[in-house]
Amino acid sequence: MDFKLNDLQKDIVKTVHDYCEKKIKPDIGERDHAGDFGEEHVKALMQDMGIAGIYYPEEYGGMGNDGGDVLTYILCVEEIAKYDAGMAATVSASISLGTNPIWQYGTEEQKKKYLEPLVTGEKLGAFCLTEPGAGTDAAMQQTTAVKDGDHYILNGNKIFITNGGKADTYIVFAMTDKSKGTKGISAFIVEKGWEGFTFGKKEDKLGIHTSQTMELIFQDVKVPAENLLGEEGKGFIIAMQTLDGGRIGIAAQALGIAESALDDAVAYSKERVQFGRPLCKFQNVSFKLADMKMKIEAARLLVYKAAEAKQAGGRFSLEAAIAKRMASDIAMEVTTEAVQIFGGYGYTEDYPVARHMRDAKITQIYEGTNEVQLMVTSGFLLK
Amino acid sequence: MEILVCVKQVPDTAEVKIDPVKHTVIRAGVPNIFNPFDQNALEAALQLKDNQGAKVTLLSMGPPQAKDVLREGLAMGADEAYLLTDRKVGGSDTLATGYCLAQAVKKVAELKGIEQFDIILCGKQAIDGDTAQVGPQIACELGIPQITYAAAIEVNEEAKCVKVKQQNEEGYIITEANFPVLITAVKELNEPRFPTIRGTMKAKRREIPELSADDVKADETKIGLSGSPTKVRKIFTPPQRTQGLIIPVEDDNDQAAVDTLMEKLTAQKII
Amino acid sequence: MDLAEYKGIYVIAEQFEGKLRNVSFELLGQARVLADTIGDEVGAILIGKDVKPLAQDLIAHGAHKVYVYDDPKLENYNTTAYAKVICDFFHEEKPNVFLVGATNIGRDLGPRIANSLQTGLTADCTGLAVDDDGKTIVWTRPALGGNIMAEIICPDNRPQMGTVRPNVFKKPEADPNAKGEVIEKTANLSDADFMTKFVELIKMGGEGIKIEEADVIVSGGRGMNGPEPFTGMLKDLADVLGGAVGASRAAVDAGWIDALHQVGQTGKTVGPKIYIACGISGAIQHLAGMSGSDCVIAINKDEDAPIFKVCDYGIVGDAFKIVPLLTAAIKKIKG
Repeated sequence: MDFKLNDLQKDIVKTVHDYCEKKIKPDIGERDHAGDFGEEHVKALMQDMGIAGIYYPEEYGGMGNDGGDVLTYILCVEEIAKYDAGMAATVSASISLGTNPIWQYGTEEQKKKYLEPLVTGEKLGAFCLTEPGAGTDAAMQQTTAVKDGDHYILNGNKIFITNGGKADTYIVFAMTDKSKGTKGISAFIVEKGWEGFTFGKKEDKLGIHTSQTMELIFQDVKVPAENLLGEEGKGFIIAMQTLDGGRIGIAAQALGIAESALDDAVAYSKERVQFGRPLCKFQNVSFKLADMKMKIEAARLLVYKAAEAKQAGGRFSLEAAIAKRMASDIAMEVTTEAVQIFGGYGYTEDYPVARHMRDAKITQIYEGTNEVQLMVTSGFLLK
Repeated sequence: MEILVCVKQVPDTAEVKIDPVKHTVIRAGVPNIFNPFDQNALEAALQLKDNQGAKVTLLSMGPPQAKDVLREGLAMGADEAYLLTDRKVGGSDTLATGYCLAQAVKKVAELKGIEQFDIILCGKQAIDGDTAQVGPQIACELGIPQITYAAAIEVNEEAKCVKVKQQNEEGYIITEANFPVLITAVKELNEPRFPTIRGTMKAKRREIPELSADDVKADETKIGLSGSPTKVRKIFTPPQRTQGLIIPVEDDNDQAAVDTLMEKLTAQKII
Repeated sequence: MDLAEYKGIYVIAEQFEGKLRNVSFELLGQARVLADTIGDEVGAILIGKDVKPLAQDLIAHGAHKVYVYDDPKLENYNTTAYAKVICDFFHEEKPNVFLVGATNIGRDLGPRIANSLQTGLTADCTGLAVDDDGKTIVWTRPALGGNIMAEIICPDNRPQMGTVRPNVFKKPEADPNAKGEVIEKTANLSDADFMTKFVELIKMGGEGIKIEEADVIVSGGRGMNGPEPFTGMLKDLADVLGGAVGASRAAVDAGWIDALHQVGQTGKTVGPKIYIACGISGAIQHLAGMSGSDCVIAINKDEDAPIFKVCDYGIVGDAFKIVPLLTAAIKKIKG
């Protein structure tokens, strides 16, 4: 067991760190306030720097053969989340959710056409499962895809889609056979701009303001049959397995948010003087900081372990579920405590801790609520 | 077109702190970084690579860990890197450093099988020493022209010449020179790119050849502490100005604070 | 090398468009102090086209002898040609010390000469003295971003050379009755000595006073939050005081104001009578550029800002409110 990052991983994290420090740190306050996606940052990180392709194989334009692995990618998400949690969501939604299923289940033609531009970061991906009536109960899909000769006709609405409107390639789940329940769900690759594919409301969220969340509307959208991903009826399995991977990204995002909040709290506790002493000189505060640190380190081990499990191949649902639930709960706790340490100032938007707390909440909810993670974990225990 | 970029690993001087009691420099924990002006020099070279197909070689002088900045430079897109590292060159002043690097420049050209580099780029100065001397020293050793404080560079490869916009006190001077030429870069020249992840992976596996003082045929009497005409006699922390009168703004009464200040300034005949 | 053969403290004077730079006078003042200590003479070297009339001004500020290279070919500064002229001068006159202003030109020329003559050059000095031996110059300069000072000597090589930061030393009073010798020299140059070609000069920031020469500087830092104050309230305050607007590295890096206005270790060293720092925290790099100011006034919201430790007067408050009030108050006094 080796708990050390290798030199390559450290160098890559430093590169992402340098970018975030120089480019994202100066404008995150403003972009968070304005709900600005930060197009140029996404391009710089995904395409120019190449985060989109870290663990994908060379043949599709990735760096998996050059030493890139899932953990390295996860480290990048964590680093970005320290500065801009919304950006971490954008990146993770495209790489883990929008790209992974095509790599895993796509035909060679689909990979050539859709995987490559996603892996090189030229295009952005999205994953579209949630519907107004199918949240945690994802099996209740109302979107339908009806086969009509050499294509399918897609109808329905998807909501809360991360990267909705910004992504070029959408993995859309729809019922091809309602009578079969989850076995009647299929996955499709849908391109932005196709006739009948439009966008609805842009969500006004509590946090991750720099991530764009939108409703997608499909009205008689003609999807070529060759855009069916995997086989008909395999959609639910594809969705669940993809979400396993996505959860590690969210766990990393949560970890980054928590670390950033702790850093801010430590710095503030040294500066802020009350009763004639800096806050950190009060054991009440210093122990609180220590407790935050311990929780973060515990979360880190779980997150990195899940990343290693995915890298190793095989099933990693349990590791991902545990990491996601623990890291997100810890992020919520740590950011809440950080706000408490800042006191009244922490409740204002003058300091980033308020943003961290708002951003942390979503990590307990999306890519499977933490209750879903408990379902997954208890399922393992009791099978 | 063959371009050589001289780069230096430096302590991040913004992170250097002074021990408030002992008045000594606290260097522990100060990260080593790629000298910022050298990054501008490298970016200029990489733009010439992108737009005019130039080959970009890096050269540094320093301890073995200086390879970190060479790797970073390779990750940004440089083609090759060499490190001149030798205990014998330690303690060199600017004259000795310029000599060592000029010798290394010749050696690297020889190793690459080229007659000479068309353009040598350096940062205007390193942030640890701030001397701005080593670039011109290298140029003089090599007997080639130098153009310092470049804020814009135009290269005409066919005519083998450069046109450079040099910063000066009045604004800018436009200067031309033929290849080979040494140019030093200021921040205004460009915004350095970030290394790519793929570049970082490739750079990690790259062997960076080490050159010794003997390899570059450096005359031992001209290098290191003993070969340096200047000697550091003493190091001390700068005398601090002492704190004067601090006027707080009370009860949001800014005017009162300004009035107090004006009273003092007029009484002291400062205004 | 017989060190005893080398005599005289020589200032390499810098002129621009027929006007001597202040730093040349500052150097003459210091050269005179050094020369008087060791019983030596002060010389000045003046290079350019139609520059001979400037020689008297150098004498008035302390030069015993002025060597003039007046040549149309030397109208514009040229690194290699000027270096050749000065190296030839060295071989002919055997000076002990060369003082060069640490201007962009001085910092370009100095190392070229030092390398040609294989001697030591101390950059950006802020202090000059003669060692106890009565012949070695002790050059003091900041290093490590201004965090430390180093004393440098060049005991065994001649000339002893240093570039000296402008505005560190006071310009001596001119003595119109001072007598000195003007020696006309001939530059021995071929075309090959001009390795670069001057094309043109583009003047920037022509309006207003340059910070290097201003008696009052109003500087803004990160706390100014944007470019507007630099053309607005800071300029207004500078204008009522007849001063110039300066900036910290943070403000310049943010693109709020041109680098010509940057004060600090990587910017300019200034020595005004009044330096007003607004929204500048006072990083050591900044202090290195302005600590020679006679009176420092700091305005900053953060009472712990390091600038308050070095200021003569400080207001802990919002610069956006204080500066306009201060401008109004000064206007009132000045009528």
